[in-house]
Amino acid sequence: MACTLWHKEIDAYVDGGLAQERARKFEAHLEGCASCSADVLARMKWKRATKLAGRRYAPTAEFRRRVVESLTPKPERRPNWNWLAGWAVSAVAIVLLLVFSYRGRVPGGNSALSEVTDLHVSALASAAPLDVTSSDKHTVKPWFAGRLPFTFQLPALEGTGFTLLGGRVVYLEHSPAAQLIFQVRKHRISLFILQDRPPASRGLQAAQAIVEQEQFTIDTWSDAGLRYFLITDASRDDIRQLSGLLRAAAQANGS
Amino acid sequence: MVLLLTSVREERANGASFAELALPLFDSLYNFARWLAQDRSEAEDLVQETYAKALRAFGSFEQGTNFRAWMFRILRNTFLNSRTALAAARTVPIEEDEYASVPPSAQETPESILLNLADREAIRQAIEELPVGFREVLLLSDVEELSYREIAEALAIPIGTVMSRLARARGELRKSLQGKLTRA
Repeated sequence: MACTLWHKEIDAYVDGGLAQERARKFEAHLEGCASCSADVLARMKWKRATKLAGRRYAPTAEFRRRVVESLTPKPERRPNWNWLAGWAVSAVAIVLLLVFSYRGRVPGGNSALSEVTDLHVSALASAAPLDVTSSDKHTVKPWFAGRLPFTFQLPALEGTGFTLLGGRVVYLEHSPAAQLIFQVRKHRISLFILQDRPPASRGLQAAQAIVEQEQFTIDTWSDAGLRYFLITDASRDDIRQLSGLLRAAAQANGS
Repeated sequence: MVLLLTSVREERANGASFAELALPLFDSLYNFARWLAQDRSEAEDLVQETYAKALRAFGSFEQGTNFRAWMFRILRNTFLNSRTALAAARTVPIEEDEYASVPPSAQETPESILLNLADREAIRQAIEELPVGFREVLLLSDVEELSYREIAEALAIPIGTVMSRLARARGELRKSLQGKLTRA
């Protein structure tokens, strides 16, 4: 005669879905009930047979590669920069001209700003300007850990029109700095972050200062011991928006 | 330095990237998709679309909730909107009868004998022939070994329904195999 006492719960037991206490009770019952024991065994065999039969289809290596590629930020994205190479030479020429004329007009002026301009231009001109290429701040930020003696916050950019392209370590005023490159529409924006020490701040106000230099707009500010520079040929509004996002991210972390 | 440490800890706590979480599920999702769609290129489309949708929605994925169930749910919803599913929906609706269906005792039918006789191919065929609603719950439970709670999340049904539907799926599977063996 089949035992029906636990009938409704045997599946749950076999599936591991029975509460611990209930399972222990059932196990105690199993010791004395041949009918239920046989039932449990049969169900376990079924479950196992279904599992073996159900593991049937394996994705092809080609398909796996396609999906992995669609998820992994990778160096192949760099061809994005190739189009730059074409006009890079002329751009460098023009910009160097601007930089030199700027330096000429501001004798002994802020060397940090000149360096920022140079670094930004060289990044635009380089075929592979980035050491870490990713639009994910959770990839880019940790990459700098251990490479810089400080850390910083990056804002979430979804829906803002700005995209993070990646970053690299540069030297600005003899200090290691993070250079992060963003894109808004077709414009590239460089963000430099370094520790705020006298050389970098020399001649700069502690508060926000937007400096226009011919084609480039540079915004600089200091916050919690870090000095930030944003430089771009995009509009002032773009640069204000991005600096706003960056400050908000830094403050959200600080508070 | 303190800042640096805080930052590293943050990355570990919530910085697991989408790829890190989602790629280990690739084989399972594909197998499941193939069972649902029963066609290679359709299964590939389903999986690809699932990853694309999940990646876009990853920002809204609540940390701490079940990622595996979430992925299966996206895959299954994607499937429901696919050609195959829309065609299948017109055929066999599953009546939901939560408590009436008591699974037949394994002893009433000589199941262990049946099981020994049924080879893997016969079981596969029987699974294939199950209505998709039974097939999916059986696969999630027995092949993917999702818990009742995870299955409930993936299929967006109450746990009680998971259990009753699973019992009925297993009953159908046995019945179908039995039919095959007596016919053979």
